[in-house]
Amino acid sequence: MCGIVGLFLKDKALEPQLGAMLTDMLITMTDRGPDSAGIAIYGDKVEGRAKLTVQSVDASTIFADLAEELGTAIGDSVTLTRKDTHAVLDVPADKIAEARAALKTVAPSVRVMSAGETIEIYKEVGLPKDVAARFEVSKMHGTHGIGHTRMATESAVTTMGAHPFNTGPDQCLVHNGSLSNHNSLRRKLQRDGVHIETQNDTEVGAAYLTWRMQNGATLGEALESSLSDLDGFFTFVVGTEDGFGVVRDPIACKPAVMAETDQYVAFGSEYRALVNLPGIEDARVWEPEPATVYFWKH
Amino acid sequence: MQTFDLAADGLRTLNATLHAQAEATNQTVWEVINPKGSHAIAVGLDAPIEVNVKGSTGYYCAGMNKQATVHVHGSAGPGVAENMMSGTVIIEGDASQYAGATGHGGTLVIKGNASSRCGISMKGIDIIVHGNVGHMSAFMAQSGNLVVCGDAGDALGDSIYEARLFVRGSVKSLGADCIEKEMRPEHIAILTDLLERGGCDAKPEEFKRYGSARELYNFKPDNAY
Repeated sequence: MCGIVGLFLKDKALEPQLGAMLTDMLITMTDRGPDSAGIAIYGDKVEGRAKLTVQSVDASTIFADLAEELGTAIGDSVTLTRKDTHAVLDVPADKIAEARAALKTVAPSVRVMSAGETIEIYKEVGLPKDVAARFEVSKMHGTHGIGHTRMATESAVTTMGAHPFNTGPDQCLVHNGSLSNHNSLRRKLQRDGVHIETQNDTEVGAAYLTWRMQNGATLGEALESSLSDLDGFFTFVVGTEDGFGVVRDPIACKPAVMAETDQYVAFGSEYRALVNLPGIEDARVWEPEPATVYFWKH
Repeated sequence: MQTFDLAADGLRTLNATLHAQAEATNQTVWEVINPKGSHAIAVGLDAPIEVNVKGSTGYYCAGMNKQATVHVHGSAGPGVAENMMSGTVIIEGDASQYAGATGHGGTLVIKGNASSRCGISMKGIDIIVHGNVGHMSAFMAQSGNLVVCGDAGDALGDSIYEARLFVRGSVKSLGADCIEKEMRPEHIAILTDLLERGGCDAKPEEFKRYGSARELYNFKPDNAY
């Protein structure tokens, strides 16, 4: 069991409150997933700049000179904004791949949580309320965001086993369910040169989507083909630069509730997660159909 | 009428209070406010009381109900009226998956749509859905009646035993061993009563009846031990 929340804002006036609204939704889903939590938030886009969100178990030491060292390595300006165990590295957009590669030599112990122009992913082990507080999620603003509370079933309770998973530039995936063919699929993807770090089933799902898109599929096509290539139970919510999508496996036993008003589209594993949203009493509330890909875009 | 604020006084107090009502209680009508999608609201009731829930509920509302009438003025989460024995449960909005699962008796009325697995393994309950039902509804249904005024999803009545299924709209597909059956006068009479109890204005003649072909392994006497 896990909990998923998602919020896609149509009304710009709500953007300053995105983090606060998502935090409330995330904490409500604590009893679906008390062992770890994570959030992907899509914030400001600065022309020509991109963000690498990184994590370190030894943040104080590692992050102290990281911006300077990385800047020297890529020969350009890099700034670092630290949030607890995570830091957002602001780099030139055209040098994001170079910066990511340079990180492996400059700070090999650092783990990349996300890469993209607007996405930032924060995730850690612990109760959702504690994780949200560590990263001050409630103060964040943005256009849309996805959160996840994890109750591990397939692999260890670690930072890297927490969701969301970054699947490509500005893309992420969260999952409620369990994939039963992740071992064979992991071997297949690894033979094709895909890097997979953990024994986690969702990471394989994320790597699968990345691999499909690297081979020319759109995200929508990758999600469509996941319905036949992934075996098991899943409700997936994916985030993209300009929106988010939802897909459930054909059996659809993992719960999903959507709500839409003129101001937002919201996703919750349960209706409970949505009850404090503005205007929820008059929202259109429904369950997404099984084996159907949904997308909302700005 | 008694009003209970779930946000202020909590779920355990609510259910304990409702459980404490004797059959001959004078406090027959209850109103629950601020349900906010909470789980297990009004479960295990066993008194002829009426509970009006003012809003939407989470998992397992009115589960194991006996005698009571539980009226949800909103939508219901998964497993509403699961294993109901008797009484009435009415949902004004939609119901999530496995509504009325394993129900032994009583009446469940869903005025919106029901999601997947509505009436799974039903054992005598009557379920009346004003809208549509999702896939795998009445899976392994053993007894009772499922009335669907709208459409049914994939694999309706898969591996069904003796329950009766009445559908007014389309059926996306029938499950294993489920077939359309003749609508005889006695079925029209049963359906007329069910539609009246469910507050539906549909005409019984508009429905088709589905049930078991009794061709699966477990129906063959030679396979009995």
